[in-house]
Amino acid sequence: MRFDLLRAMNAERRARRACVLVTDLATGAQRLVGADDLAADPLAEALDRQLRMGKSASIEHDGGHYFLTVQAPPARLVVIGAVHVSQALADIARMVDFDTIIVDPRTAFATDERFPRTRVVAEWPDEALPAIGLDRYTAFVALTHDPKIDDPGLHQALSAQCFYIGALGSKKTHARRVERLAAAGFSQDAIARIHAPIGLDIGAVTPQEIAVSIIGEILLSLRKKPLRAEKAA
Amino acid sequence: MLATEEDILGQAEAWKKSGRGVAIATVVETWGSAPRPVGSHLVIDDEGRFLGSVSGGCVEGDVVTQAQDAIADGKPRMLEYGVADETAWRVGLSCGGRIKVYVERVD
Repeated sequence: MRFDLLRAMNAERRARRACVLVTDLATGAQRLVGADDLAADPLAEALDRQLRMGKSASIEHDGGHYFLTVQAPPARLVVIGAVHVSQALADIARMVDFDTIIVDPRTAFATDERFPRTRVVAEWPDEALPAIGLDRYTAFVALTHDPKIDDPGLHQALSAQCFYIGALGSKKTHARRVERLAAAGFSQDAIARIHAPIGLDIGAVTPQEIAVSIIGEILLSLRKKPLRAEKAA
Repeated sequence: MLATEEDILGQAEAWKKSGRGVAIATVVETWGSAPRPVGSHLVIDDEGRFLGSVSGGCVEGDVVTQAQDAIADGKPRMLEYGVADETAWRVGLSCGGRIKVYVERVD
């Protein structure tokens, strides 16, 4: 592999941009194709397909044999609420390779001491999230129980193409949330994208167990079916 | 430290930048119950240090040796491993799968 291509691939990943490295397995010749250059490439169709699935693959085309190293941005987890569950969630998310960002305007909660190894932003969601940039590789979780904080975050997550949106709260709490979101103009289809009550039903009791059930549900959305945004596209 | 895909290619860049010989091994095809998916990487330097994996530890030893040859002569290699090998108990996949691994030097 050419060193300049390796450096370019690493730079693309850090910038959260998708790209594909094409290797001609007969000659060893390589090129790096960014998402924007896809259409002009001779292998455009295969590149597009693999990029959508987020999977590297060997392909044949016009008698040639190629390997496509597909690099989708690393999945990211944005959490509203620097609460007890979020502490466990941040630890488990790190193990499964998510970049995690915690957002909570309550400065007593949003401290580096409570989250020594995770990025914490002590701002309101509607201020913090535009700079963070929610995208289709982002899982969004609202955990404060407080509509004043959770709702502005949910508004942004529903408007973005997050592959997972979850909100903590009982069925009753969620029913009231649905009413507020409908009143704010969100369609039933959009609201139905919210996983609530949040997490897989494993009978979780402790904050750590709830975090496991949330991560399990996020991984299910990520791995088991095409990203929602891509299905709609 | 847990090595993520990000760490692996980032490490390849860092090793090369520091002047070491570096090779990247990539799983390009799998059949049956392969332990690591297509696209998984193992990076190797000229002293045999490595990060990442192309199997569950079954064939890494052999890949590292082949990668050092690739660092020496600059020629890419396609390696194939499966249980059908005579030496299956040593450099094969105990899970019964088969994998193809492409090894290339970073130039």
